[in-house]
Amino acid sequence: MAETIAREDLRSIAGSSRFPVHLLRTYGMVFALILVWGVFSVVTNGVFIEPRNLSNLIRQTAVTGVLAVGMVMVIVTGEIDLSVGSLVGISGMVAVWVQSSLHWGLVPSLLAGIVTGLLIGALQGALIAYGQVPSFIVTLGGLLAWRGATKGISSGNTYPIEIRAFKSIGQSYLSTSGGIALAAVLVAIVAWRVVRTNRARGRSRLAAWGTGALGVRILGPALLVVMSVVVLGRYAGVPIPAVILLGIALACAFLMQHTTFGRYLYAIGGNSEAARLSGINLRSHVLAAFSILGALSGVAGIIYTARVGSAGPDAGTLLELDAIAACVIGGASLMGGRGTVFGACLGALFMSSLDNGMSLKNVPDFIQDIVKGGVLVTAVGLDVLGRRARASLNS
Amino acid sequence: MPAEPTAARPLLEMCNIGKSFLGVRALQGVTFDLYPGEIHALIGENGAGKSTLIRILGGVYSYPHYDGEVRIDDAVQRFRNVHDSERAGISVVFQELSLVPEMTVAENLFLGREPQRLGIVRWDALYAQARAWLEELQIEIDTKIPVARLGVGQQQLVEIAKALSCTARILVLDEPTAALTDAEAENLFSVLDRLRGHGVGVIYISHRLQEVFRTSDRITVLRDGRSVGTKATSEVEAKRVIAMMVGREVNQLFPAARRAGGGVALEVRHVTAQDAEMSGRLVVQDVSFQVRRGEVLGIAGLMGSGRTELLMSVFGAHPGRVTGQIVVSGKVVQIRRPADAIANGIALVTEDRKRYGLFFEQTVLRNMTMSALRRISGSFITDEAREFAVSTPLFERLRIKANSLSRAVGTLSGGNQQKVVLARCLLTEPRILFLDEPTRGIDVGAKQEIYFEIDRLAQSGLALVIISSELPEVLGLSDRVIVLHKGKVTGEFTRENVTPEALMACATGHTVEATSAIPRMVD
Repeated sequence: MAETIAREDLRSIAGSSRFPVHLLRTYGMVFALILVWGVFSVVTNGVFIEPRNLSNLIRQTAVTGVLAVGMVMVIVTGEIDLSVGSLVGISGMVAVWVQSSLHWGLVPSLLAGIVTGLLIGALQGALIAYGQVPSFIVTLGGLLAWRGATKGISSGNTYPIEIRAFKSIGQSYLSTSGGIALAAVLVAIVAWRVVRTNRARGRSRLAAWGTGALGVRILGPALLVVMSVVVLGRYAGVPIPAVILLGIALACAFLMQHTTFGRYLYAIGGNSEAARLSGINLRSHVLAAFSILGALSGVAGIIYTARVGSAGPDAGTLLELDAIAACVIGGASLMGGRGTVFGACLGALFMSSLDNGMSLKNVPDFIQDIVKGGVLVTAVGLDVLGRRARASLNS
Repeated sequence: MPAEPTAARPLLEMCNIGKSFLGVRALQGVTFDLYPGEIHALIGENGAGKSTLIRILGGVYSYPHYDGEVRIDDAVQRFRNVHDSERAGISVVFQELSLVPEMTVAENLFLGREPQRLGIVRWDALYAQARAWLEELQIEIDTKIPVARLGVGQQQLVEIAKALSCTARILVLDEPTAALTDAEAENLFSVLDRLRGHGVGVIYISHRLQEVFRTSDRITVLRDGRSVGTKATSEVEAKRVIAMMVGREVNQLFPAARRAGGGVALEVRHVTAQDAEMSGRLVVQDVSFQVRRGEVLGIAGLMGSGRTELLMSVFGAHPGRVTGQIVVSGKVVQIRRPADAIANGIALVTEDRKRYGLFFEQTVLRNMTMSALRRISGSFITDEAREFAVSTPLFERLRIKANSLSRAVGTLSGGNQQKVVLARCLLTEPRILFLDEPTRGIDVGAKQEIYFEIDRLAQSGLALVIISSELPEVLGLSDRVIVLHKGKVTGEFTRENVTPEALMACATGHTVEATSAIPRMVD
């Protein structure tokens, strides 16, 4: 009994040092991103930050981003999905195959791709939640099996997209007026969020922000949005994949932060036993998280295929790595309970920046792979270190 | 037979041992000795200081972070870690065994020190030595089968054999029979009896008085971090030992109110629960009880008596097979999972808030509203303003000391964390509230606040069931008490006729007639 008291005292003493650790993590990610951008800008003589390349970068980010947004939900529950790269491959392949072989139209073929991802995600989720097979194993098997299926459907060939509108999902841009409208919507969302947060601060007895602080909190992000739209506009406008990612990210962020569903996912990953005793149905929530990730993998598969213009047997290979790394770089913990959609998006931007910058410099493929592998392990290593530091406060 | 304390030189002496944690004294001036060939029982309520003393001996609490002296064969020992202690011949066998289930008995016995030549394990030598060693101890176990295929009792014997094969001279057994059947326990006792001949000293920690009297030569009782006394087992009666264990008065921590029970809120009929890992082993056996509205029912019993399993079974959270019938407000209900229990107006404040209670990284608010989230939100979309609105009155009434509801719950003190778990249960608006060790490890102030809240809840018509290892708590709070021992009800008392001695006697497996002779303690 006395030991418990002692530990609790220790923790409350040490507890005050916990918050800065958390802050460091949040800003560490932004700092790392700025660093990478700075380095690439310098070594490419500014080519990296030209509007044309940024536009390209944003389009590349969309696929990883959509995957990372879904992946973060699964990671928050304490599970993992290694199969998303293969899901991107098979859903893109199915979406194109139904066009060329069955002559399906735009909407049916889009649905075919997404539903393929959804069904596979649900199947794997059911095996994990109800069959109690570890997610690592189920999705490792899936990684291989769905890649195999993709190769089977395609007989090893690459199929060009038949429908032009399908292609434009990956390749076209928002018009100038569309860009302005988008910027307006985003700024409105930011302002609404800040005002709401400020009201919540009042409720939780924190001092409400003054007009100045409020202004900075609204104008800062607003400026960033407007700048992005303007810069992208100087090339061709906001790429459609970026718009899709934005929409999905906003919807999923809402799901994670403002619904009982999201709250339960965090609870399950944070302490599954406590969640169970709180009356939360663990299985149905884990199943749902994998299903959503499956559907989003389908969306990512469509964007990927549309961007490339065709569906190949190797499409999406190793994307699971980027998605997982994006989540962890964005502050998600592989132990569950922690992670945000926003962080996952920033992480995705980081990973595709690496890809993009190294390609610009013609860094050989093998080195690119080594660098990205190293980044993944480093990010997880930092997460483990952070967790250990916190655990030593907890016990 | 045991060496007379004066006849031989003590194997181990612990003199004037004291230990405190940030100013809280866990142990003070405890003196304990052990002779070769002796079994010395160490008993006391939960939290009396037994495990602290053992951890000092085992090198877990290292020198010099305690007061007093540890001597073996008259030489002062300064254990800086567990290895130092092992080298000095001390081996502690904890309740959780440290065997590798997939390996054979022989492999486990020599794990890390296999007989080898040029780095290659000499399997025949390993099995021969293992067999010889088990024969020496007269333990009949096949050395070639994996440990996982053995019963818990046999595993325990393997663990002990392993400890002794590392030339341990001092063997510490912490609740060795908690998971054993009677036959397995008897087998263990006969092995312990034979160890006397080997000159090994055994420190035997147990809650079960019958065993203590069956096996030990001497008994030392700890209470509140002090030694109450050491007696030769043959010269002391069980009731005297019980009095030594409980001998303190029920203090004024508890609300004095008397409550009048209303209608029956919950009736539990013939609940039997199997062990999750070992089907066939019953952790709760045919237990029935009732609780009325406005009544507090205490469930007493020592650790491992099936108290927690009983409440978990009723709550739909026991992992093993459960049979029996649950009646809520006169209606038979099916409770298959915690959500069913909550829907029927039952809430559970869990034991061990760290493992089962809290979401450490989340805010106080989110921890509080987790169980009732859907009801509070009214829909799929959460409503943080309403969450604040319904939580704030409770936050204030329970006096949760945190500067805001937005604080991470992990930064709160134990008492306040416990209040958060209680608040979460209350937000589900239960009619029946289970509390499992509601005040473990929290300070007296927070304890008292929880006691008064419990009383207030009972006054307002809730039916409460409380598990506690602390006798004063059970006595002070309950209108009625049932006592469990090895999964069965061994006694039932009303507030008027209960005594600490009678409770302790039932909890340690003594029959009621033995205790009826004990004079009643004034409340």
